[in-house]
Amino acid sequence: MTDITAGRLQRASRIIVHPLTVRITHWLNALAIFIMIMSGWRIYNSDPIFPFYFPVWLTLGGSYDGSVDIHNEDGLAGALQWHFAGMWLLTINGIVYIAYGILSGHFRRALFPVGPAAFLRDTIAALQFRLPHHYGAYNAVQKTLYLGVVVLGVIMVLSGLAIWKPGQFQELTCLFGGFDVGRVIHFLGMTGILLFLIVHIALVIIVPKTLPTMITGRAPAEEFHGKD
Amino acid sequence: MSPTSSADKSKELLRTSGTARQIERRLFLRQGLSLGALTLLTGCDVTDTSAVQGVLNGISHWNDRAQAALFNPRRLMPTYPESQAVKDFRYNAYYSQSQIPKIDAEAFKLNLSGLIENRRPWTLPELYSLPQESQVTRHVCVEGWSMIGKWTGVPFRTFLRRIGADLTAKYVGFECADGYYSSIDMVSALHPQTLLTLKISDEILAPKYGYPLKLRIPTKLGFKNPKWITAMFVTNRFSGGFWEDRGYNWFGGV
Repeated sequence: MTDITAGRLQRASRIIVHPLTVRITHWLNALAIFIMIMSGWRIYNSDPIFPFYFPVWLTLGGSYDGSVDIHNEDGLAGALQWHFAGMWLLTINGIVYIAYGILSGHFRRALFPVGPAAFLRDTIAALQFRLPHHYGAYNAVQKTLYLGVVVLGVIMVLSGLAIWKPGQFQELTCLFGGFDVGRVIHFLGMTGILLFLIVHIALVIIVPKTLPTMITGRAPAEEFHGKD
Repeated sequence: MSPTSSADKSKELLRTSGTARQIERRLFLRQGLSLGALTLLTGCDVTDTSAVQGVLNGISHWNDRAQAALFNPRRLMPTYPESQAVKDFRYNAYYSQSQIPKIDAEAFKLNLSGLIENRRPWTLPELYSLPQESQVTRHVCVEGWSMIGKWTGVPFRTFLRRIGADLTAKYVGFECADGYYSSIDMVSALHPQTLLTLKISDEILAPKYGYPLKLRIPTKLGFKNPKWITAMFVTNRFSGGFWEDRGYNWFGGV
């Protein structure tokens, strides 16, 4: 899988903005996140760590009433099956994405450099609706959010392993402050990803032309601002 | 998780025809395509289509194998100082405390069957006379809660050797006075911290904790720690478990 270097490959004045690997892993990751968060909410409901529950209709794991009627069980079995199936998709897809991002130079080109000053400048501009969207070049807010959510993803997989296997991976569990603290970190990581998703999807709604680009990978050449 | 769906029945019928496989695939695709719609409409009914449930069960079996491969038979689970052990341990079963099985100590017998040389049943005084060990470990429930407790009992591998169990067999199964049942892999059964438990917090197991006999296996989730055990067997045939047959992962390792 080689990085189709942004800008070099032109087809009828349209330019590849998102390499194929990035697009495939993006959508597989979207599916994995959807499975993990919704099944995770039902698992959370079986023993809440905060004084609230998630509405059952927002959760994934099979018919709730059916489970209660047939098994006298709150639909936890189905949610666990989804969660421990989704973990493979999330982890393997995440490893492919990160390996590709590092080895192809995609991370270096697309996400760096980024610093607090640029982040602050672009955040203020964004809040004043003065931050234009450019294909092929992320602004500092985008860079920070994308880097942040990758880090959160890694934390989610590791804290998930820590609370799934507090015996076999007890050193990792210790690293996350023990089983109970690990559960809280796993929950807060989910919250962080959820906040990212809200901003991410809100921005797609505000700038809808970015959605087809994430599918086809292409954008008009005249709007391209990439480095290459 | 309906036991039989209309899709199951139609599949059964299709198997008899020559083009069965082709149509089955189409059926699978159609179910696959309707997934997205189902998700949006109901939010949670996806699991109930038989094709999806089949895939999820398949991955759960794969996870059994992944956990068995991951399991280190010599790795001890963390132990804690006795001061951290909870005295008033949580009662946990799928029914209320009023329905706890009442065991007559005099009449109690632990029945043995399967690949065991000496299948003579064991009485309580005989069990109490065996060498015992104590442990302070964390009981991790599949629901997410956990609790540290102190348990005392006969190391299970000592007991398995004593009764002449075939240690090369794949599984050890348990039957309980409340109708509960479960089974574990032999490698985990032989783990040094697996205890045929007689006491909790230095006292004979109270009825609500599984009197007179419970399996304490800290390398596995709580539902793999059967209480009120009345019979056990050694076998090469997979026999599942009460919650496992309702969708919980069978290996259930921590």
